[in-house]
Amino acid sequence: MSAQIEKTERTATIAVLVDNEPGILARVVGLFSGRGYNIDSLTVAAVDAAQMRSRINIVTTGTEMVIEQIKAQLSRLVPVYQVSDLTREGPHIAREMAMIKVVATGESRVESLRLADAFRARVIDATTGSFVFELTGATDKLDAFIELMRPLGLAEVSRTGIAAIARGTRTI
Amino acid sequence: MSEPKSESGAEILIRALKDQGVEVIFGYPGGAVLPIYDALFNQNAIRHILVRQEGGAVHAAEGYARSTGKVGVVLVTSGPGATNAVTGLVDALMDSIPVICLTGQVPTHLIGNDAFQEADTTGITRPATKHNYLVRRSEDLARVVHEAFHVARTGRPGPVVIDLPKDILIAPAPYTEPSLATQARYNPRTEPDPGQIAKAVALLKSAHRPVIYSGGGVINAGPEASVLLNELVRLTGFPCTSTLMGLGAYPAKDPLFLGMLGMHGTYEANLAMHGCDVLLNIGARFDDRVTGRLNAFCPNAKKIHADIDPSSINKNVPVDVPIVGDAAAVLRALLAAWKADTQKPHTQAIAEWWRQIDIWRGKECLRFTQSMEKGAVIKPQYAIQRLYEISQEMNAKSGKETYITTEVGQHQMWAAQHFHFMKPNRWMTSGGLGTMGYGLPAAMGVQIAHPDALVIDIAGEASILMNIQEMGTLAQYRLPVKVFILNNEYMGMVRQWQELLHGGRYSESYSAALPDFVKLADSFHASGLRATSVDQLDDVIREMLTIDRAVIADIAVDQKENCYPMIPSGAAHNEMILGPEHETAEQSSRTAGVTDAGLALV
Repeated sequence: MSAQIEKTERTATIAVLVDNEPGILARVVGLFSGRGYNIDSLTVAAVDAAQMRSRINIVTTGTEMVIEQIKAQLSRLVPVYQVSDLTREGPHIAREMAMIKVVATGESRVESLRLADAFRARVIDATTGSFVFELTGATDKLDAFIELMRPLGLAEVSRTGIAAIARGTRTI
Repeated sequence: MSEPKSESGAEILIRALKDQGVEVIFGYPGGAVLPIYDALFNQNAIRHILVRQEGGAVHAAEGYARSTGKVGVVLVTSGPGATNAVTGLVDALMDSIPVICLTGQVPTHLIGNDAFQEADTTGITRPATKHNYLVRRSEDLARVVHEAFHVARTGRPGPVVIDLPKDILIAPAPYTEPSLATQARYNPRTEPDPGQIAKAVALLKSAHRPVIYSGGGVINAGPEASVLLNELVRLTGFPCTSTLMGLGAYPAKDPLFLGMLGMHGTYEANLAMHGCDVLLNIGARFDDRVTGRLNAFCPNAKKIHADIDPSSINKNVPVDVPIVGDAAAVLRALLAAWKADTQKPHTQAIAEWWRQIDIWRGKECLRFTQSMEKGAVIKPQYAIQRLYEISQEMNAKSGKETYITTEVGQHQMWAAQHFHFMKPNRWMTSGGLGTMGYGLPAAMGVQIAHPDALVIDIAGEASILMNIQEMGTLAQYRLPVKVFILNNEYMGMVRQWQELLHGGRYSESYSAALPDFVKLADSFHASGLRATSVDQLDDVIREMLTIDRAVIADIAVDQKENCYPMIPSGAAHNEMILGPEHETAEQSSRTAGVTDAGLALV
């Protein structure tokens, strides 16, 4: 029977197309905090200047019932045009970018540069005592690189959160 | 198209309100909205009702909206004006009442500077409204007003705030006709999916023990939805129960009606829910007051849920056949599909089901014992019963319609149980939020909309004091609202829970130092009446209904009376307590033995 309460949780990447107007981000974030939903990652930027639209990408975790509830709650906000569950609707690609500052000298410094090369991270700032690496990729790749940098002098991390899009010709 | 900029923002606002069909505004002036009050002064199309506190204005607009089906309009100033309105906004949000609340705001260049009477109104009301706006540009003003009305009344109705900075109200603004204001971005689905309707009808036809559970959505969908609900219930012969919000959509005296369901619903309605095999929910939202313990809710039923708000479906209770649509449209489609379907319903099984329901009915779960001896104390249920009977009798002669509002607590539940509603839009109560102080201002709004009707606020002595200042408004506009107070000198529902769940420790629930309600009525230019024993009750009710102005009737009732039946929090429908009329005290206290999980629930 469909009417069974599902206990297992899943992660969903949800893309939300909204009017680019004041307060829209507060509406979405307030909805999540007010109703006790998780936000694992959230990114927002204008994507269509002509139509004044922005796109919000949210990664959240919950039971199937909660995820469906999140989508329904988002859909009924007046400035929301479309809500798309990228995880459910077919294959998608999710990427984030990080800037990682490593403060090190000597062998650690050399090692961090070698590893950065292996991960295809770019050096975007360098001094004799530091590097800032730029790395784009899936979340777990960024996590892995950051963990490797930790013993080598990891000083600071700045991450964008996830941007995601469906594979192939499909659009939201 | 836009006209030359000759009118001020405030004048444009009034013009937009007129074009939206607004006839009445409930409000309270202040610095930030002075330009609007100036514009109101120079016109006669829109009537302004001056309340005594902004909270009263929102409840009045709710009463107006619920008794007419129109959008209620509120006008308050910035800062405290707006914050006082917040409770009413949440109330309207929870009960899906269309309300537009116009709030003043400090001029745009001062926003964010902690100016005098500044509050972040859109920030504060974001989770309190269906949608809200801050108008920052004059050219947006008219469009925003039109869109706000569209949002408030379309789909699942709700409150919408428009925050209006003072400079926008003063500066010239262009007008936009309602038809030109873009409404494309909010168009919720109202017509149901035919495939889902077919699935629903197949399930309904297969039912042996069906129940139709109707809610406030049927009222909100307009009078036609109630007519269609009647038709569906009569056509199918299925038992029908209703939520607190849905009372009146199906006539209470009809034999197919089981009474209200839920925490203080009838024995037969709750046991029918527990025992049913197919449940059709139309316009209700499986509120916790209705479901009781979720894992024991309708345990053997296939569930159909029709709601205009997709987020209400599968929120608390997973269902088998979800239908998104307006209640009237869904009912119309169900009727057509039921008639077109050649499958015969299980008439035999359903007749057997009715025999079972009649056995439950035979319990007479709402029974109470009233001593008729001279000087006997009045049972609150009896007071409501007599109020119902006498008002029916008197109105049958005068042809008046009766509208009931309530405050929140025991008296509210007794009113729902013992005052029988035969038509929609006659019953105004704060269901979702449970706002004490709702009833008096709501009654005011109802009386403004229906000047010739009998409007009664059934109240408790504690609730009525929460918005008692509105007696002043009744006096100013000569509104003949009747306030019928069941005075048991306790916050009765709090006292009842303390008796049943907290060892009879009546912590802070006694209504100490009460005013003399008769003198209080007198000082507000109303009439005050009092009944302290059963022999005085009928005379007081008759006199109250005869007086052609506002009345407060202070009815002293049994202080110890509890509201039954009751599903204790955390219990299931079939674990309800029937009360002393049916069980020994020992049985009652045993069944009231709530689990720790139940104790944590409200």
